[in-house]
Amino acid sequence: MKHGEPRQRASWVDRAEWLGPLMIGPAVLYIVLVLGVPFLLALYYSVSDISMGSRTLNFVGLKNFASVIQTTKFQTSLWNTFVFAIVSQVLVMVLATVLALALSRDFRGKWFVRLLILLPWVAPISLGTIGWLWILDSTYSVINWTLEALGLIGPAGWYMWLGVPWLAMGSVITIHVWRILPLATVILMAGLTSIPHDINDAAQVDGAGFSRRLFQITLPLIRPIALVAGLFGLVLAFTDMIVIFVLTRGGPYDTTQVLASLAFFTGIQGGDLAEGAAIAVFLFPLLVAVAIVFLRVARRAEVH
Amino acid sequence: MAAGTARRWGLRAGHLGIVGLFTVFTAFPFYWMLITTFKAERDLLKRANNPFIYNEPPTLENVRILFEETLYGRWLANTLLVGLLVVVITLLLSLPAGYALARLAGRWGEQLGIGIFLTYLVPPTLLFIPMARVIGDLGLQDSLWSLVLVYPSFTVPFCTWLLMGFFKAIPPDLEEAAMIDGHSRLGAFVKVVVPISVAGILTVVIFTLTLVMQEFVYALTFITAARNYTVSVGVPTFLVHGDVYFWGSLMAGCFIASVPIAILYNFFVDRFIAGFTVGAVK
Repeated sequence: MKHGEPRQRASWVDRAEWLGPLMIGPAVLYIVLVLGVPFLLALYYSVSDISMGSRTLNFVGLKNFASVIQTTKFQTSLWNTFVFAIVSQVLVMVLATVLALALSRDFRGKWFVRLLILLPWVAPISLGTIGWLWILDSTYSVINWTLEALGLIGPAGWYMWLGVPWLAMGSVITIHVWRILPLATVILMAGLTSIPHDINDAAQVDGAGFSRRLFQITLPLIRPIALVAGLFGLVLAFTDMIVIFVLTRGGPYDTTQVLASLAFFTGIQGGDLAEGAAIAVFLFPLLVAVAIVFLRVARRAEVH
Repeated sequence: MAAGTARRWGLRAGHLGIVGLFTVFTAFPFYWMLITTFKAERDLLKRANNPFIYNEPPTLENVRILFEETLYGRWLANTLLVGLLVVVITLLLSLPAGYALARLAGRWGEQLGIGIFLTYLVPPTLLFIPMARVIGDLGLQDSLWSLVLVYPSFTVPFCTWLLMGFFKAIPPDLEEAAMIDGHSRLGAFVKVVVPISVAGILTVVIFTLTLVMQEFVYALTFITAARNYTVSVGVPTFLVHGDVYFWGSLMAGCFIASVPIAILYNFFVDRFIAGFTVGAVK
């Protein structure tokens, strides 16, 4: 009997064309409901006059976009978003390449060094950033203390790391680099270990020096994987607001405000859901561009 | 000969210097949290004191304040509760989906898999505004259930992708043998494949827990009452924006919630990277 029962169910449940969709269905349905529906709502809200308290919702066309684009707050945020994302991501890629090459060599205690380097990525980012808030504190900054102890600045010359526009932007970029660097580094290390040893050995036998091997063999070979690291980092840098929220809340005077944080302050704290949605929707074209590049990379890798 | 040795030592010192500089950059904030955790309030707030040493004897007072006079313990419990529930939901959805993508779906399985993975890249900042409204309409505002409902939206895509790769590596003969013994395909999956996938399941559990612990934007948006916060939001919003900064307790709160989970995550990070870069390394 025990053997007969599953056989009978097998008649339809067991067929791949039924069982497959049945097993994937719940996950897909969930993703559509919890990601797809809010996404469509975001588009819809951006062309409506919805607010946190209101019960009704009217179609207003592109009015939100028109009014948002005109504000200096938005223009500053858009500019800041690009500066923040591109500068931090360029720094991440350069530093991660150097670090990954340095770590590709074996040395004693490497596992521990790797753990220390991974910390900013694996620890909750909002908590790590608070560590920086204390390090950059205007009155008790350890950096200022050290600079003064070294005689580089006087007691009156302490930097307001988060209070002066260009210093604040420099600080949030640095801390964002701090947070993404470990991820980019381990991804690049994975790329480096996938390079067959004999290629480098052969080049060395042929007399190619370190820099020649680096630029003509190693870097071209890890390009696809570097692209993955770069794209993911770019998505995070363009859309993330945690570092900025914790350190500066967009200040001083919106000089570190980015689109994601502006959407939060307008839509959630300000209660203007429609305008907030319009700001957030500006992030979308960017994501599409990244997704397309990602798919092309994945396809190319499959062909080879 | 001597010149060669000197050159080798020079290279070695340079290598050490680079690695050392980067390590200081990445790890210093955590070291600083640890130092600050045990410092007396008076020691911290005297600007002339050397901040690198204990000018007054180390104290556990900050840790006591953190657990006795703030909601920190409650936030940890909230985070754990949400984490465990999200783990259960994630496993229920992504185990069958990952298996089906690996075994039952033909050519479209690969594409659907990539599609599901790409949804992992959709950032919370694009969706949090409509979600805030939907959560409000569902009556889940300010409830931990709002997080339990929404968090699987980023854990399921990634874990499905991860498990798909994991199941592909299991030899199909195992299930075929079970099916010849009279199990259905589904029965073979539940009784044969799942039990030998402990490593994959464990990876999913760790990732889900860390992702839940790290999440910030949704919790900040949906939760307003201090006692319902998770730890990643409670510490920066409630502890920082009081009138007085209790730096000692604040740093204790950051260190306690970040370093143990970071060490745990560290053991699984290679799987994360492998899942992430499928297709790009070959």
